[in-house]
Amino acid sequence: MTVVEILIYTCLVIGVVFNSLGVLGLLRFPDLYTRMHATTKATTFGSIFTSLAVVVYGLSIFFSQNASQYLNLAIHAFLAAAFLAFTNAVSAHAIARAAHKSGIKPMLAVVDRLEEAKL
Amino acid sequence: MIDVWILAVLCLTVLMAFAVVRLVLGPTAPDRVIALDTVNTLVIASMILLGVVFQEIIIVDVAIVYGLLSFVSTLYIAKYIGGEL
Repeated sequence: MTVVEILIYTCLVIGVVFNSLGVLGLLRFPDLYTRMHATTKATTFGSIFTSLAVVVYGLSIFFSQNASQYLNLAIHAFLAAAFLAFTNAVSAHAIARAAHKSGIKPMLAVVDRLEEAKL
Repeated sequence: MIDVWILAVLCLTVLMAFAVVRLVLGPTAPDRVIALDTVNTLVIASMILLGVVFQEIIIVDVAIVYGLLSFVSTLYIAKYIGGEL
């Protein structure tokens, strides 16, 4: 087993473990905002790491066999991961703001600054 | 080397099934929206892995377009929930 394979396996395991932690939080947490806290961050982190495994795979085959379509695969996987990171953050913020405006309050929260600011 | 990728895609598919459980159960509408958002993220991640399994780059391009379209649809549903539509 080479160094590149160990790197790919590590990235895949980290990605799948963090994705499953996110889905576990989605199933088990009591409130909308805590569920969003679990899924958005953990799922984005895990998906970035599974994409990073594809980037490492494509770059390793490109440098060993000099095949240009694997460089293409690596660049496209990196672009998909970058779009995923930006769009997930923005859409989670939009859903949280809309849910707070529609009247869903945090269940066990002590302080609610958005309620005090009357936005 | 290929079977590791297939195993990761199978794990992500099982996680998608668990997220659909929350999408069916979810008490309020924003719960269902974040469950759908989670399913979208997992679909994008597994599409990138399937690009390696089938050795096709076009699947990764489809994943990029799917991500942007699901982002637009999520923003639209959020505007509807917030009552700004």
